[in-house]
Amino acid sequence: MGFIPTSPRRSFHIGQLVYDTRYRAKTVQVIAAITIVAAFWWLGANIVGNLNALGKDFNLAFLNAPAGYDINQKLIAYDNRMSHGRAALVGILNTLLVSFLGCIAATIIGVFVGVLRLSDNWVINRLAAVYVEAFRSVPLLLWIVFIFAILSEALPQPRDFRGETATASMQLFDSVAITARGAYVPRVAFTNSISGNETVVPRDGVSAVASGPTDWALILAVMVLSVGVVILLRRHAARVQQRTGRRPTIWPWQALLIVVPTGLVLYFLGATIVQPYLKGFNFTEGTFVRKSLLALWLALSLYTAAFIAEIVRGGILSVSTGQREAALALGLRPNKVMRLVILPQAMRVIIPPLISNYLSLAKNSSLALAVGYMDARATLGGITINQTGRELEGMLLLGIFYLILSFLISGAINFYNRSMQLKER
Amino acid sequence: MPRTSKNISFVRTKLLDSKVPPTREKGVVLWVRKNLLSSWLNIILTAIVAYAAIHFAIGLWPWLKNGIWQASSLADCRAILADAGLGPTDGACFAVITDRWHQLLFGFYPPDLYWRPILAMLLFIGGIAPILFFSLPRSLLVFSALAPLGCFWLLWGGTLWLPLSITLGVCIGYAVLRGLEKHIAPSIAAVCALASMAFFFLFGFQPLVGFAQDSFPISIQKVASREFGGFMLGATIGLSAIVLSLPLGILLALARQSNLPLIKWSAIIFIEVIRGVPLIVWLFTAQLLLNYFLPPGTSFDLTLRVIIMVTLFAAAYIAEVIRGGLAALPKGQYEGADSLGLSYWQSTRLIVLPQALKISIPGIVNEFIGLFKDTTLVVFIGLLDPIGVARAIQATPEWNGVYWELFIFIGLLFFVVCYAMARYSLHLENSLRRDHK
Amino acid sequence: MKIITRAAHLLLAAAPLALAATSVSAATLDEVKEAGQLKCGIHEGLAGFAAPNSDGQWQGLDVDICRAVAAAIFGDSEKVEYIPVTGSTRFTALASGEIDMLARTTTWTFSRDTDLKNEFVGINFYDGQGFMVPKALGVSSALELDGTTICVNTGTTTELNVADYFRGKGMSYEPVPIETGAEAQQQFLSGSCDVFTGDASGLAANRATFPKPDDYVVLPEIISKEPLGPAVRHGDSEWEDIVRWSLNALISAEELGVTSKNAEELAGSLNENAEINRLLGTEGDLGAMIGLETDWAKTIITSVGNYGEIFERHVGVNTPIGLERGVNALWTEGGLLYSPPFR
Repeated sequence: MGFIPTSPRRSFHIGQLVYDTRYRAKTVQVIAAITIVAAFWWLGANIVGNLNALGKDFNLAFLNAPAGYDINQKLIAYDNRMSHGRAALVGILNTLLVSFLGCIAATIIGVFVGVLRLSDNWVINRLAAVYVEAFRSVPLLLWIVFIFAILSEALPQPRDFRGETATASMQLFDSVAITARGAYVPRVAFTNSISGNETVVPRDGVSAVASGPTDWALILAVMVLSVGVVILLRRHAARVQQRTGRRPTIWPWQALLIVVPTGLVLYFLGATIVQPYLKGFNFTEGTFVRKSLLALWLALSLYTAAFIAEIVRGGILSVSTGQREAALALGLRPNKVMRLVILPQAMRVIIPPLISNYLSLAKNSSLALAVGYMDARATLGGITINQTGRELEGMLLLGIFYLILSFLISGAINFYNRSMQLKER
Repeated sequence: MPRTSKNISFVRTKLLDSKVPPTREKGVVLWVRKNLLSSWLNIILTAIVAYAAIHFAIGLWPWLKNGIWQASSLADCRAILADAGLGPTDGACFAVITDRWHQLLFGFYPPDLYWRPILAMLLFIGGIAPILFFSLPRSLLVFSALAPLGCFWLLWGGTLWLPLSITLGVCIGYAVLRGLEKHIAPSIAAVCALASMAFFFLFGFQPLVGFAQDSFPISIQKVASREFGGFMLGATIGLSAIVLSLPLGILLALARQSNLPLIKWSAIIFIEVIRGVPLIVWLFTAQLLLNYFLPPGTSFDLTLRVIIMVTLFAAAYIAEVIRGGLAALPKGQYEGADSLGLSYWQSTRLIVLPQALKISIPGIVNEFIGLFKDTTLVVFIGLLDPIGVARAIQATPEWNGVYWELFIFIGLLFFVVCYAMARYSLHLENSLRRDHK
Repeated sequence: MKIITRAAHLLLAAAPLALAATSVSAATLDEVKEAGQLKCGIHEGLAGFAAPNSDGQWQGLDVDICRAVAAAIFGDSEKVEYIPVTGSTRFTALASGEIDMLARTTTWTFSRDTDLKNEFVGINFYDGQGFMVPKALGVSSALELDGTTICVNTGTTTELNVADYFRGKGMSYEPVPIETGAEAQQQFLSGSCDVFTGDASGLAANRATFPKPDDYVVLPEIISKEPLGPAVRHGDSEWEDIVRWSLNALISAEELGVTSKNAEELAGSLNENAEINRLLGTEGDLGAMIGLETDWAKTIITSVGNYGEIFERHVGVNTPIGLERGVNALWTEGGLLYSPPFR
């Protein structure tokens, strides 16, 4: 008497592929794999068929052909006889530049406004709210166009700076000129430049000076080196503090280490500040920050900052009041409460969406063409495709560029999430 | 010696009336003191802000006040201003909006048919009401399912039998699913249901529509998608993309959580590739490349191509929103479902998704706001969204030279719509929050 | 309906055998006739060439070319579906069959004709790139523009021409690329650039709409040839012929003195000038040779007018744009317009 379980039959029958959980997973995946392969094969066949029908081919040789168009803002040497590939690279660097600047400015504005949103001054927190809602509820493209147009209407033209009846004047002790074309800011050049491929002719008969990548690399190297030494010094101080309980005074040394070597290098290179001045139709010399960059930078960072402000506000509010009260009860002062208790916990909430906002900022920079900023979309994905008719290749390259950029940024999110995750069940 | 006290009462028997607070501690003054002038820093900030706001208003006011609302062209506007002794740029020329508002809203949709998009919008709002307001009876969800088809018919016109036949096709699939589910494995039943739907749409659909239309013609005037424009185009693209992307987004979100590596990784790659590339590149892909991916000779209407592309784009984002909803469910819910012996699909359909979707609604609304704003990018591929219409208007001989008025109008409209939706989504989020506040 | 049909096609076409079955270069005329509409790619908004009026009807010089072709095919100039295409999407739209013909102020160049697989059928507007500057700049020649900031429309031949011109003259400049005409105008007026460059017709049109047109001047130098013409896909000569001769009919009509007003009357009887008879279909049957009705050209002229009428209607001296005929006059009047004979 007793229940004798029937032993599972060894033999395999077709129904098991669906009903048996051991096999079902494999069945589903095999079917999925077949579907995916078939879909790609179908797309591939279509592309080949279509290209044949149009008499085109898939060919990246156009990247070597001369581009023929000019790009105003170039971080590397470029002229219109260089190749489309070089033009694409100039565009890519421009995208990276505006994204990088945008992320920094957006964070600063965003954190600032986020804190203002919590202010108990009615005017201030209403104003912050109006700013946030206005920017979040109107398309970015409109903002870009608006800000671009406002800048050009509101700022003086270079010719307003000229002559007896000048209606505009330069800012900050005549060193910065803000015009409807962009801002001209002073730059640093070197009388004893070691690279010196870019000569600069400053105005008041000072002998010609130059600046180049090698000079800056040298300065950067020295700075990195001194920061390294400072870090070692701080470690040493921490060790002493561990051992003796007293931290040696190191800040004078730190200051000295940072200032002196860099200062010496600057001195030997003969660093001088070159100020912009009016010459001909425009200002000349100094660094020219074009209005397209300014407008795009401003629009991107103001727009993204509106989202960041909400994240920051949410992050601060997300820390339960008990934490704050407990910290106060322990006798911590308000700024320490913020620094040691609230912010570290808020950061966990703030950072991931913050980085994903950086990601959207970088992607949104592709609207640059609306203000004539020559980014990757405008060069590689715009004029180049337009002139060569290579839309398939151009779009593919452009897509790959943005994908790589996104993966780098979202890699940072994942890394942060993994290291900060609260370990739960 | 006990002290006898006469009737001296040390305890007041009656409460005194509260004193009138000093003027500085009540009413407007208190409010101003507390909210505007609570510290030196606040006083300074208030002053700066007030100055800036007043300065801005004073600068802009004459331009608005002198605005011309009735004129036939920009030259006309300037003539009217000149008659009033003002320069050509001293007053706004809002006449462009009185003249062309209908194009900014509806594009080139036939004016006598404007009631159709308006009705479609109302129908859509009615359709999503049961989803957004949880107090409404659940049986109204059937209406929600039908509303998009009604909108489709109203917008594009044509025969009524087309949406009806689509409904029939979906019903057939559903009936097959429910009928077979009890007898064979649910996955096979789902495959059968899909197959029967595919069979219907490939072979039975067109003859049916043709036959029904021939026997009982019910149709309204057709409107080509080329004639859509302005805000209506943005809303159409945004809403269709969100509605169409929901099923795909749910599947992607589930796939991304799957235990099967191939399924999981396909979903991850799809989602990340879509999200990693800006919408504008996808739009250019729709415009320039989609025809390469399809069999030679097929060519779609551009609006449709854009809707397809934006749907795929939205699906990736919706998938992430829903994944958030899935992750927010307490693990106990999954374990409870498992311990009841429910299969994967049963637990997903009956336990997990209803809760996860409900939590995701605010996120989905936010995605829609973003998408609606992003539809302005279609101007780069030659579709006439509000910005595209504005640029076309700027090219007409009458209005060449008008700039700010159009963009301010568009900006305000976007603001009103998106702000309202954002407030609503916030409200929803608060009412959905189950934890203590 | 169409959507679903297409979806069905897609599914069926999964069979690789179907790949060779269809091709975009099948007889375009048949496709157009079947569709009952001509799909014509136009500018998204360019004063005088294509812009919508308050009723949503597109108007302009390019638009009338589309209408002329529709009139030739259908006998009805309204059977056109206007498809606005951008500078960067126009050739793809043409190649993919999204549009049947392109009339979007497109400059006829070697590489566009050959490498990009287009077929230009003729020239409907002779333009050239010029410069506009504020008078206050004190410049009277393009040779004095060294070191200036120049607003350039992107996605066109304009930017290439400027690059070539300044390089050739050994001058430097700062390009400010702008996407649309309205923005370029706003930028120029606010002083973001010293110089505004573009097709001379466009410059004149823009100048006319400025608050103070007299403060600006168009420089005499024309730095490029911009023959703007309608284009069709490579590989369908019959279709190409129809569009080409529709354009030629407009030009010939002006040369022969046929206008929208007198065409009907002239067609009523045989004229002394045999070419008028051939054009209007009262003698011989030229229409049949290109697969159209006998009176195809008459329909064109009665419904859209001859070239001169179109020009005067959209960009002529009596319009806000106010262009002189100049090089766009007939060859008999010292211009460049010249149509091969109808024979």
